[in-house]
Amino acid sequence: MSTHNVNPNGDEHAVVPHGEHAVVPADPIADPGLHYYDERLTDVDKKAERRAERQVAGMFALASLLTVAFIVFYVIVGIHPDDPEDGVNIGDVQVSNLTLGLTLGLALFLVGAGAVQWARSLMSSPEVVHERHPLRSDDETRAAALADFETGTEETGFGRRKLIRNSLLGALALLPLPAVILLRDLGPNTGESPGERKQHTIWAEGVRVLTDVTFMPIRAADLEIGQLVNAMPATFEDLPEHGPERINERAKSPVMLVRMLPEDVHVAPGRENWGVDGILAYSKICTHVGCPISLYEQTTHHMLCPCHQSTFDLSDNGKVIFGPATRSLPQLPIAVDSEGYLIAQSDFTEPVGPSYWERTR
Amino acid sequence: MSAIVNGAGKVVDFVDQRITASNWLKRNIRKVFPDHWSFLLGEIALFSFIMILLSGVFLTLWFKPTMAHIMYEGAYVPMRDVGMSEAYASTLEISFEVRGGLLMRQVHHWGALIFLAAMSAHMLRIFFTGAFRKPREINWLIGVILLVLGVAAGFTGYSLPDDLLSGTGLRIIEGGMLAIPIVGTYLSSFLFGGEYPGDDIIARLYPMHILLIPGLILALVAAHLMILWYQKHTHWGGPGKTNTNVAGAPFFPIYVAKAGGFQFIVMGVIVLLAATIQINPVWLWGPYDPSVVSAGTQPDWYVGFLDGALRVMPAWEFYVFDHPITMSVLIPAILLPGIILTPLALYPWIEQRATGDTREHHLLDRPRNVPVRTGIGVAFIVFYVLLWIAGGNDFFATILEIPVNWITWFIRIGIFVLPPLAFFVTKRICLGLQRRDRDKVMHGRETGIVMVSPDGEFSELHAPLTRSQAYELTWHERQLPSDPGPATDANGIPNPNYRSKRAQARLSRFYFGDVVQKPTREELESAHHDGHGAEAAQRDELTSGQQ
Repeated sequence: MSTHNVNPNGDEHAVVPHGEHAVVPADPIADPGLHYYDERLTDVDKKAERRAERQVAGMFALASLLTVAFIVFYVIVGIHPDDPEDGVNIGDVQVSNLTLGLTLGLALFLVGAGAVQWARSLMSSPEVVHERHPLRSDDETRAAALADFETGTEETGFGRRKLIRNSLLGALALLPLPAVILLRDLGPNTGESPGERKQHTIWAEGVRVLTDVTFMPIRAADLEIGQLVNAMPATFEDLPEHGPERINERAKSPVMLVRMLPEDVHVAPGRENWGVDGILAYSKICTHVGCPISLYEQTTHHMLCPCHQSTFDLSDNGKVIFGPATRSLPQLPIAVDSEGYLIAQSDFTEPVGPSYWERTR
Repeated sequence: MSAIVNGAGKVVDFVDQRITASNWLKRNIRKVFPDHWSFLLGEIALFSFIMILLSGVFLTLWFKPTMAHIMYEGAYVPMRDVGMSEAYASTLEISFEVRGGLLMRQVHHWGALIFLAAMSAHMLRIFFTGAFRKPREINWLIGVILLVLGVAAGFTGYSLPDDLLSGTGLRIIEGGMLAIPIVGTYLSSFLFGGEYPGDDIIARLYPMHILLIPGLILALVAAHLMILWYQKHTHWGGPGKTNTNVAGAPFFPIYVAKAGGFQFIVMGVIVLLAATIQINPVWLWGPYDPSVVSAGTQPDWYVGFLDGALRVMPAWEFYVFDHPITMSVLIPAILLPGIILTPLALYPWIEQRATGDTREHHLLDRPRNVPVRTGIGVAFIVFYVLLWIAGGNDFFATILEIPVNWITWFIRIGIFVLPPLAFFVTKRICLGLQRRDRDKVMHGRETGIVMVSPDGEFSELHAPLTRSQAYELTWHERQLPSDPGPATDANGIPNPNYRSKRAQARLSRFYFGDVVQKPTREELESAHHDGHGAEAAQRDELTSGQQ
């Protein structure tokens, strides 16, 4: 075996290049040489050999049967309902999945297992030893390659013709720019900048607060103490059915209405009339990375984001009390219109969702 | 047999007359491949990738990569008249209206999970056995890139069905991008074609997922394998197995049969998983709605550590010229991957600096014989697993019945305490194992036979190892810490390289200062003379007494 200073490749460039070592002591045990493996049972016992042969062939034969079974199951296990109105039966799909998967999976597995068993027990290849050769080219070849390269460079005059070289480098440096510029229209190039678009939602003065899902206006009296209702602005219903506006507002505008005892609410200065009899509206979009918040603990008024567990106190202006979020949940000022329905007093007074560069202090 | 050879011969003859194939075949058809179970991990990655390609092509035949809004009228009754994207609707179609479609979806998803798990395990194997050392640094780098591409392939695929979970994953990506100073909102706007989520993202992720990323993976896998082939596989040392040879079975037929068979075994296992264990039943989650999330959502396992980092990072934000810098998102989502990947990619060179050696290494290290490297690897695993646990902190809170905040705090502290502890413990374990190996070589193995001397002294008989057994424990290189040498030479002239040599020697001492060295020949000989010969003689008496 090689020791630290002896180089196994016989390559003098690979001598350890640093500091001195104490003389490296000799290895305790000399290499006893390759141990060739003992014969397998199948090498000496004809019976064992025939058994192994039957095993391998058996696995291959079974794989064929399973492949045929796969085709049979494909045909006989239907998933399409007789009457399209009925819809699919999930049970049929699962039976189809299971039968197709088991037959195909076992067929594949058996082909593989048979091949491995064949190699292990019947193929008669001996253990082979090959010598490795140093990967590094010999000095002569390296010198020749370098010389060829130098000849080529010399022939171009690349080093001497500085004008050509520099103008080429300049041209090549500029060429990637079109590739980058071409990507500009990935984002919209008219209207507001991305930062400006984040400043507002479709909430506005007088917009009614509608229940999510059913889109019904909400009376203050309909909400009980401790209740939480997911809500959307009435303007959402005016958005076109197709196109991105609707889903984009779905990602920005959702609010949660909560009602708590008015004496439980700690109102920040300037927010005294943002609620209605203990009914408060907060953005549903987490200020951490934007998941919709959804786990409300009624007794503590704590709101937990299921994605990363940022926790907000809805009785204390949406303040963060745990987790990675850095900002309070934006609160939507609400009021009651002449018919007694909840409306927004204005849009949110700050952008909803996560922090971003343009969201200045 | 001759029929086969004749058939193959005609093909070889045709090719040989055109591209001199026989020359290459002659040198390679019996190429040696060493055998060890841990060499199969990379094969699992390769074979599961092939399965992903096959099932993926099948899925593209039905999948519609568009977010066009439709009312579902398909076969799955609970979703009828629900508004959704065509992407989600076509995923339902594949699941419920195409025979074998659900199976192929599940094969594709299971295959992806196994692909990434196998790549990770393969990488750990390479790390712990030192297979990344010269001349294999290029393949290590390709491997790191493949791992990143694998995660990218997985994540883009996870997003395509446009179900509730995939949308939530994209939302978190958007939040991460927004935290990038100055350009964050623009990057998000370019990716999503305007505001989040818009109606472009799936059409944009699709070519990444089915063309660009798999194309790059295929190209790099090809390079990876060609380099492996050219450099010849590493092998474990042992009798007759040295740094200058390679011992094993010939490529044809043994390796072809075993690896080819293993390909079918891996495919079979993935299909069996897909047949029996449901994965990502998107019809239960419903189409993506940005205002809805379900509690207990988990990303696929390979993204879990990033999600966990987002969960445990304390709130931290400050302002630079009135602009927010949100470190609580920047660190886990943007900086952490770089913090992990950079040292990972550079590790071969870091260790090369410690060993100061530029020779080729074709013999694998037993992990115990490089205790510091093994300790670093285990510390990294602990770091990763802690973040991974953090990614399921709600899940662990539920099963342990403790508040989720406790788990968060445990991780916040543990992420700094436990990896160094794991390093220390692992290193000690390695040193202990080395010491045991050394004792075995010096004194033989314990027989369990306890002798009482006439003086009443108890001692255990040791049986000497066979030469092969002793060689198995001593074939590794003796790696000594390097010495920077004197700062000045005999004439008092300062050595100009002294500072760099001293730094190198420090790193070398950190790596190899505590290593328990295998005995020298002299030590071994003196150990055998030192009373143990007498012990062996006693044992001979004992065995003859028993007969």
